[in-house]
Amino acid sequence: MFAFLHKYASLMHFYRLSARWSGWLALATALLMAYGLYGGLVTAPADYQQGDSFRIIYIHVPSAWMSLFVYMCMAGAGAIALVWKIKLAEIWLRASAPLGASFTFLALVTGSIWGKPMWGTWWVWDARLTSELILLFLYLGIMALDNAIEDRRTGARAAAVLTLIGVVNIPIIHYSVEWWSTLHQGPTVSKLDRPSIHIDMLIPLLVMAFAFTTFYFAAALARVRGGILAYDRNTNWVRDLVGRGTVRGHG
Amino acid sequence: MTGPAGVFAAIVRRELRRAARSQSEALYPLIFFVLAVVLYPFALGPEPALLARVAAGVVWVAALLAASLSLDTLFRNDYGDGSLELVVLSGTPLALVALAKASAHWLLSGLPILVLAVPLALALELDGTTLVILLASLALGSACMSLVGTAVSALTVGLRGGGMLLAMLILPLYIPLLIFGAAATSNAALGLGAAAELYFLAGLLVLAITLTPWATAAALRIRMG
Amino acid sequence: MAEFLAMGGYGAYVWSSYTIAALVLGVNAVLARRAERAVLHALAHDLNGDDDDATA
Repeated sequence: MFAFLHKYASLMHFYRLSARWSGWLALATALLMAYGLYGGLVTAPADYQQGDSFRIIYIHVPSAWMSLFVYMCMAGAGAIALVWKIKLAEIWLRASAPLGASFTFLALVTGSIWGKPMWGTWWVWDARLTSELILLFLYLGIMALDNAIEDRRTGARAAAVLTLIGVVNIPIIHYSVEWWSTLHQGPTVSKLDRPSIHIDMLIPLLVMAFAFTTFYFAAALARVRGGILAYDRNTNWVRDLVGRGTVRGHG
Repeated sequence: MTGPAGVFAAIVRRELRRAARSQSEALYPLIFFVLAVVLYPFALGPEPALLARVAAGVVWVAALLAASLSLDTLFRNDYGDGSLELVVLSGTPLALVALAKASAHWLLSGLPILVLAVPLALALELDGTTLVILLASLALGSACMSLVGTAVSALTVGLRGGGMLLAMLILPLYIPLLIFGAAATSNAALGLGAAAELYFLAGLLVLAITLTPWATAAALRIRMG
Repeated sequence: MAEFLAMGGYGAYVWSSYTIAALVLGVNAVLARRAERAVLHALAHDLNGDDDDATA
């Protein structure tokens, strides 16, 4: 089994195989996005309480889910990078960070915009939004640390340690912030929570979540491919690839 | 003494001796702590009721900031004179080094902050029982801060923008400590119980003692290996 | 159509959210592709330039 995995871990093999995946992921993203947007903006009935403003959920919730999902991917990649020293894992971690930070930012901004028509303020110190804000700082910290270290590999491994420190902290932070928010606001349901959701409203949500996921993998893959070339710059296969004059960036 | 206890004691002694020699490194974060607390009455006005209400939060935030400042020099001197690299390469158990460094940091930073918190809290109109809870929460919290801070300090040793980067990385991780520490103290001020909050801080401390030395060891190996 | 844009009076909020999302995802997509291409270009340049490279 390790031989099978090892083949994928080989940077050259991964680079070649991933060329095919890029196209499919981009296509899947486009289709899912189209279907999800149509469902969210057109088909889903307006919420009886919030009217059409609830449609922001189709951006806000998938972004929030992705912000955590990407972090978990980074934590997994980080663990693999530290324990087995697999270069591909290092590259994947570094490629994911800006994407995760972007999703977190998007969740915060859309959460803020959604809050305004509903509760009259641009920001609520709601447990979930506040946790997202702290998550954004964690992402920025990982990116800053990686950036500050000159050697690419050392930077990736230091970022991996920081990511894992963060992943242990995330449940602690979540719980602490939840607790803090009930302390100061009373035990009301989190403002952005919804008790139940109509199936016509739920399906576009799931579709958008999938769309964001395929987007993440497509974008991360593009960055990873660049990272692979940089890591293996002195090998023959990269020299051949580059020397053949195909500098178009397509696989 | 070359057993683990010996190594631990040697490292702590060395840190204390170095602090005794170059007192400024040890003192400046403490002066900063006092200064940071003192700023608030200027900002908010000296009305006792208001000060008493914000005292818990103010002292805690200042403690966090002072801790993140004092962490910057934790490994810096060893990095500068090459002894850190030697320690990593020599096969000394790095988790033990991490615990020793964190303990020394607490003795030089956390403990003085506990002492300084007394007059400061009184100046902010906190009463006796609340003060005791504040000190208990700070004792537990500052130990956590030293342990987690040692790991992050090892990650950022010698980097450009080191101090600010360190602070940026560590402050989000300190937020749970802040939440429970300040809440424990505010509860005490209101005459409510603070046991649950203190237990939670104690739990975090146990977690920190168990996990952070390994994180620090990994960080040192990565940066110095 | 006008009704669709108005979004029951919440148009500004809904459309600004979706626009920001489009921007964030779009910028990420562009930067990701550019990163890949930049490496290829840089390596091609290095290769055609000299034969002894410094190690990464």
